[in-house]
Amino acid sequence: MRESDLNRLPRKAVLSFIASSTTIPFLDAKSTEDEAVASTVGYGTDPVLNKNYQRGDFWPLILSKYQRSMIERLVDTILPADDFGPAASDLRVVDYIDEWVSAPYPKQVQHRELILDGLKILDRYTNNEFKKKFLNLSQAQVVQTCTELFLQRKKKSEVKDLKNFIYTIRDLSMGAYYATPEGWKAIGYVGNVPLARFDGPPKEVLDELGLKQTVNDTHH
Amino acid sequence: MPIINADEVKDEYDVAIIGSGAGGGQMAYTLTMAGVNCVMLEAGRDYQPAAETPMFNTADNSPLGGTSTPDKPLGFWDSTIDGGWQVPGEPYTQASSDPRDQYRWWRSRMMGGRTNHWGRISLRNGPYDFKSYTRDGLGFDWPITYDEVAPYYTKVEKLIGVFGTNEGLENIPHSPKGVLLPPPKGRVGDLMAQKGGKKLGIPVVPIHRAILTKQLDYDRIPKELHPDNPKAQKIVSRAMQGRAPCFWATPCGRGCSIAANYQSTTVHLPPALMTGLLDIVPNAHAREIELNDEGLAKGVLFIDKTTGQEKRVKARVVVLAASSGESVRILLNSKSNLFPDGLANSTGLVGKYIMDTVGTSLRGQIPALENLKPHNDDGASGSHFYIPWWLYKKQLKGDLGFARGYHVEIGGTRKMPGGNSPVSNSYLGSHFGTKLKEDARRYYGSFIGFACRGEMIPNENSYAEIDKEVKDRWGVPVLKWHWKWSDHELKMTEHAQKTFKELIEAMGGTVHGKVKTSGRDAISPGGSHKHEVGGAKMGMNSKTSVCNKHSQTWDVKNLYLSDASAFASNCDKNPTLTIMALSWRAADHIIQSFRRGDF
Repeated sequence: MRESDLNRLPRKAVLSFIASSTTIPFLDAKSTEDEAVASTVGYGTDPVLNKNYQRGDFWPLILSKYQRSMIERLVDTILPADDFGPAASDLRVVDYIDEWVSAPYPKQVQHRELILDGLKILDRYTNNEFKKKFLNLSQAQVVQTCTELFLQRKKKSEVKDLKNFIYTIRDLSMGAYYATPEGWKAIGYVGNVPLARFDGPPKEVLDELGLKQTVNDTHH
Repeated sequence: MPIINADEVKDEYDVAIIGSGAGGGQMAYTLTMAGVNCVMLEAGRDYQPAAETPMFNTADNSPLGGTSTPDKPLGFWDSTIDGGWQVPGEPYTQASSDPRDQYRWWRSRMMGGRTNHWGRISLRNGPYDFKSYTRDGLGFDWPITYDEVAPYYTKVEKLIGVFGTNEGLENIPHSPKGVLLPPPKGRVGDLMAQKGGKKLGIPVVPIHRAILTKQLDYDRIPKELHPDNPKAQKIVSRAMQGRAPCFWATPCGRGCSIAANYQSTTVHLPPALMTGLLDIVPNAHAREIELNDEGLAKGVLFIDKTTGQEKRVKARVVVLAASSGESVRILLNSKSNLFPDGLANSTGLVGKYIMDTVGTSLRGQIPALENLKPHNDDGASGSHFYIPWWLYKKQLKGDLGFARGYHVEIGGTRKMPGGNSPVSNSYLGSHFGTKLKEDARRYYGSFIGFACRGEMIPNENSYAEIDKEVKDRWGVPVLKWHWKWSDHELKMTEHAQKTFKELIEAMGGTVHGKVKTSGRDAISPGGSHKHEVGGAKMGMNSKTSVCNKHSQTWDVKNLYLSDASAFASNCDKNPTLTIMALSWRAADHIIQSFRRGDF
């Protein structure tokens, strides 16, 4: 990261990143009792690559049970169980977002602020709308809430404040959901398997598109 | 002989090679096959692709889904270790505070350097590309012709394995019959682009990449490469048998544990080590090339990064292959009474005329590709097809407003999803729930990317010098970069944007985002494509160039440049294949000079 990049980031992200790159312990100023302190140390420039990792292997996960429950309801409404596949939380999407907001890098630190603040605003919003905290809403009310946040029809300040939040949650959820074998099936990805030969698209796909394979077996 | 510590270097070697990437790897290979005793200094750590490559690893088992971070700027699985546009403890500086006039310098501090992660695109420069000044009066001619380099392109292609076709297009040379490996089949995006291109008179053809689509002929090729050298034949044959053909999964940028693609660490260094004539010192940060009383190079002063101590290695010939920027830095830091402004710099040209590749890209969404029946589209990762520059005649007439060409790399999007969302928010509206999953299924794979990779003309304002204030963590003065694109490059990117829009529309699609009409907005920052070349150009005479056509410096006859620093121009064809061809050629010159007793 260059100095010029650092200048464009919020101060907190900058401090956090500087701390992470120099390994000086840095206490998140906004931490409260129910938010664990985020790590400031990333995986470095030479992590072991040929290894399967679990969420939390590189830095501790900071979301509280309450925050995780809120995110679970959101992501399961955004990507519910249906004919395409399981609900988001069954594919560890909540863990993914927890790892994401717990990470020490500038982009993730920005999202940490956005999402932790967003969860608080969300409770405030549902309290105004339904006199209930988000977790106490009926599923119909959660759907209604998501609809308002995505559509951005209402002029209320909470709705506006939550626009970036809800779209970021959707973006992260999709990145996590479609990273899994179940997600691949849902989206139509086939691959990541060794093949003896690569035959290109099947004939029926070519026919549907009105295409012909132009590389033949004797092409050389 | 093996990978050794700085304390284990022998008293003297025939040749010391600084850098282990495409240029250094090829140099070590060619020299050791001829019986020359070499030591190689590599600034990064040793690296073992067979054990370290993350084959098949997926986003759900990787931190942050494998997405990019400041520690791993090209994503978690990118094979680059201790590298990127920033390397901790090893800064560089910019002359300008305007980001548009800055150069982002990519470095790879690891055995094999950038060859571990590169795109494997292996295009020959054409005849025009070596004589561009003669053709249009801009930039410089090389002191060599295509015909002089062609046999070396052929040798390199045979050794490393390159797939592709001969298409008979202007300034796109053919490889001799039987040299290229079979091209992979076209993917849906490739074939759609080919059909769309036909409407516009734009050729879309198989690209050339250094990936084995079948096993190399380990009986025939070693005999052709090393006639009258049974020892080399035996070793190269054994090394070729250790490489498996591509199994059509896992992106090449991660490296390849089965050695199906070219990396210096899997193709050049193993046979060179098998000769018993190569010692490699990792973690050796070259600081200066030292001279003897006759003004000849006598060896290299380096810092052993494991201890921080200065060490020396002696050799009869020194070869710089540290990357353009780093080789320039070492030359300029090697000051003596004879060369007060830096070694081999009597012309003041060291560091001058550095070039990168001109880049801009555009994405389109193609409705015909929506909801396509799922099928395996992984292929050889990266491009199967590309658009070679097709407007030479129009350009020479002056009809285009810019003087040099670009090729287009085509990127399909049915890749393994995960990490970043597979569909951009702008296609998903306000949807969530099952409707969102329908959208994801509908749009996934329906995008296509076109990337311009074009020629930058060398200019007076793009160069590197030593910063007088800043030093790296070992006290070695660092580079300060100066950068400016000329109107030729800016106008090229405007042309590319317009062409990409036409291609996308010819495919029945729409542009994703906006077409950039101003080159200033369209062009990628200098250094984005990690193709820095030039800085110690070769030329016809000692007044106007740093080295001769054998990559031998005019000022110091036992000093050679075998990376892209010797390039006199940077045509649209990616530099790696040419680095290797010229390195092999320079190695032959060194071998002949030894035989004549010149050194």
